[in-house]
Amino acid sequence: MKLKLNINNRYYNANIDADESLLDVLRHLGFKSVKKGCDTGTCGVCSVLIDGEPILSCQFLAARAEGHKITTVEGLGEKADEIIDVIINEGADQCGYCGPALVLTTYAMKQELKNPTVEKINHYLAGNLCRCSGYEGQLRGIKKYMGVE
Amino acid sequence: MKFKEVKHSIPKVDGKGLLKGASAYTDDLAVESALIIKLLRSPYAFAHIKSIDTKKALRLEGIECILTYKDVPRIPITRAGQGYPEPSPKDKFILDEYVRYVGDEVAIIAGTTQKVVEDAIKLIEVEYDVLEPVLDFEKAEGNKSVIHPEKEIYSMFPMGLDAKNNIACSYLDTMIVGDVDKTIAECDVKVEHRYYTHAQQHVAMEPHTSTAYIDVQGRLNIITSTQNPYHTRRIIGEALAKPLRDIRIFKPRIGGAFGAKQQIHNDIFTAIVTLKTGKPSKCFYTRKEVFESSFTRHQMRFDIRIGADKKGNIQAIDMQLLSNTGAYGEHALTTFMVAGAKTLPMYNKTTAIRFEGKVVYTNKCPAGAYRGYGAIQANFAVESAIRELAEKLNMDPVELRLKNCIKEGETSPVFTIMGEGGEGIAQVMESCKLDYCITRGRELIGWNEKYPSKQIAPNKIRSVGTAIAMQGSGIPLLDMGAAVLKLNDDGFFNLLVGATDLGTGSDTILSQIAAEAIGVPVDRIVITSSDTDTTPYDVGAYASSTTFVSGNAARKAGLNMRAKLIEEAAKALEAANKNDVIFEDCTFKLKDKSITLKELSEGLYYKFGAGMKQLIASGSNTSPKSPPPFMAAYVEIELDTETGKIDILDYVAVVDCGTPINPNLAKIQVEGGILQGIGMAMYEDVIYSKDGKMLTNNMMKYKIPNRKDVKKLTVEFAESYEPAGPYGAKSVGEIGIDTPLAAIANAVYNAVGVRIRSVPLTPEKILNGILEKS
Repeated sequence: MKLKLNINNRYYNANIDADESLLDVLRHLGFKSVKKGCDTGTCGVCSVLIDGEPILSCQFLAARAEGHKITTVEGLGEKADEIIDVIINEGADQCGYCGPALVLTTYAMKQELKNPTVEKINHYLAGNLCRCSGYEGQLRGIKKYMGVE
Repeated sequence: MKFKEVKHSIPKVDGKGLLKGASAYTDDLAVESALIIKLLRSPYAFAHIKSIDTKKALRLEGIECILTYKDVPRIPITRAGQGYPEPSPKDKFILDEYVRYVGDEVAIIAGTTQKVVEDAIKLIEVEYDVLEPVLDFEKAEGNKSVIHPEKEIYSMFPMGLDAKNNIACSYLDTMIVGDVDKTIAECDVKVEHRYYTHAQQHVAMEPHTSTAYIDVQGRLNIITSTQNPYHTRRIIGEALAKPLRDIRIFKPRIGGAFGAKQQIHNDIFTAIVTLKTGKPSKCFYTRKEVFESSFTRHQMRFDIRIGADKKGNIQAIDMQLLSNTGAYGEHALTTFMVAGAKTLPMYNKTTAIRFEGKVVYTNKCPAGAYRGYGAIQANFAVESAIRELAEKLNMDPVELRLKNCIKEGETSPVFTIMGEGGEGIAQVMESCKLDYCITRGRELIGWNEKYPSKQIAPNKIRSVGTAIAMQGSGIPLLDMGAAVLKLNDDGFFNLLVGATDLGTGSDTILSQIAAEAIGVPVDRIVITSSDTDTTPYDVGAYASSTTFVSGNAARKAGLNMRAKLIEEAAKALEAANKNDVIFEDCTFKLKDKSITLKELSEGLYYKFGAGMKQLIASGSNTSPKSPPPFMAAYVEIELDTETGKIDILDYVAVVDCGTPINPNLAKIQVEGGILQGIGMAMYEDVIYSKDGKMLTNNMMKYKIPNRKDVKKLTVEFAESYEPAGPYGAKSVGEIGIDTPLAAIANAVYNAVGVRIRSVPLTPEKILNGILEKS
């Protein structure tokens, strides 16, 4: 089936199978920041924003994405830099495979959480798994970005 | 000691690019036209293939090739990815007429789309003779089911391979000091217990990925998520009987490894498909394949006896080990030996030591390299037993460790007797701040106030537990790494290293080391790593080797480059003696004359006429030492006596890794290691059905820690300087993972008096223990 996807404020025509995931379609279209990790909607490395809210693109049919605004980390542009800087300044980026999804989800969290706390941050990001860092370094950085002591 | 570049926390050189989503991992780099490869896998734990019919599947449009054991070379290899001669039995064929675990490969299928390949798999007709599997590793030796009946398998040196008895290797009558039985019999206080550790999954976020193509020179190129490109090249060459000159291996960025990517996985499949079809191919494992059909940590059983005098002087340790290598013997011998080699020297005041045992085959997922590599398993047994000994001695376990642990300037006979795969090399601890780590950690956790436990609510108890650990820094005189530096116009350097950054940050710290040695800021270094065509040899990223082994190579290359620069600058400045030339702030100075590095580099490229030349310097390094990093860990837990659930409130680690080349990156290595260890200690478990099918084969059933699972990690480094290391550095990649099993088990004991000798420490086991006691 053919559809028109709004990705990072540009339109892309895609010819897809009805059962294709948004993850596979985005990667075919060249958005390689969106990673495949687990096939079960558990690890979070495929997270993208749909109308500003984080979703797991491996569990989201591409056909459902038409008419919505899809954002990948490429689409955040300079808005990603502040988040990236606080993470890499802690050395907490490590292998980076979960990184773009973490940056996107953190960006969405900043828009959504009015009174962030460490507990709220950890809860919001709980679905973004990382096997390298032990999370503490990421938290040190993200606390700075969120303005949490 | 003052440094300009090392011992500084700078961001990873690739960090920003990766987080911005650069195409950098293997699957990102595969061409769109690459054939998709999938494997038909065994549904049985042990079976003989009576017949395979691929005709129907081959008729599907888009199927390019289907290979069974009849179509591939029959050369016994090991996929271990270790040094050479390989210390693992050569017991694997690309495909075989036997399948030895659920998930073992039966056929390789390649086609133009994933869908057609998946359809083709369903059309392949296989008739199996189902055999009785060996699933209990304690019943493997001498079992009537022989897992490796084939005649061709062998080991490159004697390691006790006894396939007809399901023994991959054994290690007996060698690691013996004094008379253990007699010494223990004479001891005032003794403990004797059996401990079990289970298999663990690596769960690197990036599944194993490989893509291959033929280049314009007709050579096989493989881009792959590997920890060791050079071993991969050698093994692919051996498996396919190809000269190594026809193969290139390149590791791009990889999404975590932890030992999982030391072994060869799908490279053999992409290689053979691309060679057969002439077309690019790609194999990206599903998470299910990663779980079922790659490698786990070795399951182990330890029988430990420790004896001490009344005052708590440990006299003797006896460790008997049975290890389960699963269907194939990758890393069977070496993980076994590391179990002893990276625990026994910690208690070096003993007069008698014995360590021996066997590694058996079973019809389970093969075991392989995994961060900690035997040491984490043995640490659970030894550090639990030490706590049990302290109980019998009525002694504070911290005091018992301080009294008996290895200290700076000391040694252990274990270093000499036992290495990794063979004999060891004598080593004196020139840097060892373990005693400081123990006392500093005790302060940080508040041990004296909190030990052993405190009831904080009717059903809640808080307690503390501790364990100490050591690891190594590469394998002495077996690991070698090399580096090349090239000066460019504009005054910057290419640093070429064979070393393999797994996301650990080794590209960054090797750049820092090279910059320190040359005497330039690190931004003058541009690093390229892990390409068998363009970068020099390196053993690869395993055995905690990179900082120490490859780091010294980068340092040597840097010092050689510095000497060459000064020599060329002396000519340019017409110095009578090159020793008069001072190099600082990227400028060469001789009294009132000077030339900048940029000017010198431009002169050497464009302006010095007959003096024009390319400056290249190199360094190779191997070491007769493997200086151990040390760590003391303290955990505070809160235990719910009604449910048996434990929460980790704080995990304190004080680490002696020598000079941390990049303190931030070193800290994350430790923190990440601790959390992986906590996962193994508390809930990560590989569970099989009665007929040998892995039940924990996805991330919903196999839980790894998330960010809500630990309240606090506290990591500090001891001031320490290892004379043999690059600018005083030792390794830091593995040491963090070793302690949580024992530290948390000890904390559970300190809370409720329940001793659990089999990890994971699940609420069920803890609650059962509580109920049994009452």
